[in-house]
Amino acid sequence: MIQIITEHLPALTIVIPLLFATLAVALAYLTPQLARWVTIFALAAVTVFAGLNLRHALLEGPIRYSFGNWLPPWGIEYVIDPLAAGMTLLISFVSLMVIIYAGSFLKGQTRLRQGVFYALYLLLTGGLLGMVSTGDLFNLYVFLEISSLTCYGLIALGGRRATVASFRYLLQGTIGASFYLLGIGYLYMMTGTLNMLDLQSLLPAIISTPPVIIALVMIALGMGIKMALFPLHGWLPDAYTYAPPQVTAFISSVMTKVSAYVFLRITFYIIGASGTAVEGVLEIMGWLAAVAIIAGSIMALAQTDLRRMLAYSSVAQIGYIVLGMAIGNFWGLIGALLHILNHAITKGSLFMVAGGIKWKTGEYKIPGYTGMADKMPLSMACFLMGAFSMIGLPPAAGFFSKWYLLLGAVEINNWVFVAVLIVSSLLNLYYFFRVIENAYLKKREETDPINILPQAKSLKPELPLSMLLPIVVFGVAILFLGIFNEQIVSSVLIFSLPKGVQ
Amino acid sequence: MQTLTIFIYLFLVALFVLGIYGMLERPNLIKKLMSMNIMQVAVIAFFLVGGQKIGATFPILTQELSSAAHYVNPLPHALMLTAIVVSLSTTGVALALMLKIKDHYRDLEEPNLFRAMEEEEE
Repeated sequence: MIQIITEHLPALTIVIPLLFATLAVALAYLTPQLARWVTIFALAAVTVFAGLNLRHALLEGPIRYSFGNWLPPWGIEYVIDPLAAGMTLLISFVSLMVIIYAGSFLKGQTRLRQGVFYALYLLLTGGLLGMVSTGDLFNLYVFLEISSLTCYGLIALGGRRATVASFRYLLQGTIGASFYLLGIGYLYMMTGTLNMLDLQSLLPAIISTPPVIIALVMIALGMGIKMALFPLHGWLPDAYTYAPPQVTAFISSVMTKVSAYVFLRITFYIIGASGTAVEGVLEIMGWLAAVAIIAGSIMALAQTDLRRMLAYSSVAQIGYIVLGMAIGNFWGLIGALLHILNHAITKGSLFMVAGGIKWKTGEYKIPGYTGMADKMPLSMACFLMGAFSMIGLPPAAGFFSKWYLLLGAVEINNWVFVAVLIVSSLLNLYYFFRVIENAYLKKREETDPINILPQAKSLKPELPLSMLLPIVVFGVAILFLGIFNEQIVSSVLIFSLPKGVQ
Repeated sequence: MQTLTIFIYLFLVALFVLGIYGMLERPNLIKKLMSMNIMQVAVIAFFLVGGQKIGATFPILTQELSSAAHYVNPLPHALMLTAIVVSLSTTGVALALMLKIKDHYRDLEEPNLFRAMEEEEE
């Protein structure tokens, strides 16, 4: 039994969420609690398997798993190298934490709605895990659409405005996926294969032919829409603001990062960043990323709704990751990969705190956060930790990824990028300080107290334990990721880099 | 024969761009959805056209097996079946969302929706 499990670990990480998704709706009709426990168990198992995969990939080299013993290039294979294994661990860990967090938001809803939420959530997790594990370009498209469709459904659970936001995200996301499909169509017609490792060996010969250049541009466009790179970010603010808080916590953490990972995979690993076309595309993406960082931060300054501010901040943070890829040298890529990890944990914790405060007090506008630190000290402390990470203050995690990006930018003598990185930290400080000042330094008026909503009336700790635990775990994780970033870089990230950059 | 294939590709490019233009320009949500379908059909047809060969027939074994050049490449057809199913599912989700939007807002024109959304409070 153990033998069967260890042999098929890469497949199990994908199959378990998909299987349990179909089970969740049926179980919810018995009791919703049973569906919840089964979901948590499934995601915990997937997290453990992802950890084992990472250990195997680091110690013994990449795992290449072919389905049904159909060897590539005829069959589809999963390639779990340290980068993919690290991403699966991140996705499954965040997924587990957010589903624990989501419990209180689902109380009082009908059994069908709860069951469908768990099913969609598991399908989304399975889709994202498939996207990072697969070694076949078209399989990636299938999982991309699985995760996108479930995401549209999950966002639409948030009420009236959320359905419109989800519909607009659907239209734009489908354009992105169609561009990606068109791109891999060109690649297939030029090489006859869709397997990533096969393409890696076949592409260098034809790298400068127009179809391959067009394919690269199309894939960059498609993934740019999905990861909300400025100016293709139009769907993001509405989707993050109006979606239910537990959904926003998850999708802001991982969805855009997985699309950035796909872009990284295709530019650096499959096509290889030394071809002239790739360098041109990366340069353009780098300038777009620089504009994204500044424009996202400026737009965030203008918001009064905290969730919309965090959404525009996400637009800026994706700019950091693409900037790291555009810088392209050792420190740039280390910074980008570390920032994927840091931002996932940080944004997840910020949105979880915002959701918790909205659940307890109904406040979601920044002026309404006045005096919040008295009522909810632990949550605001974790928010403070997240804010420090976003601004880039040591020892929070965000400082170190920005530091590596700065090192990389200085190495290639791109002083505009250096200036952008420093100015954006100041802008981040400005818009986070508004919230921190309201929460910690201002006193609430006597005539306008914070009202506790009825669902939270009889609570002794400030939030239910199922909500508080993930928030605190993420807050502590930000601190640990910062303190131990050197270990993470030297033991995992260095082995995740593409061949040409090590 | 070779030179004529360029017209097929140009036609598909025009279809793709027309789909995207329709999604941007039409304010009605159903028209946007229809344009999205046109765009997806263009991508599907592009794959299929790329798999054609001169003088080849459909890849079904009716007489005895001949060389690979005799049959059209079946792999794009298989891939596009998946893509058609994806397009179908996306249309299904979009229509379900539109039902809900119609329920909530009584309207499917985008400018009116934006106006109604701005006046809403949480």
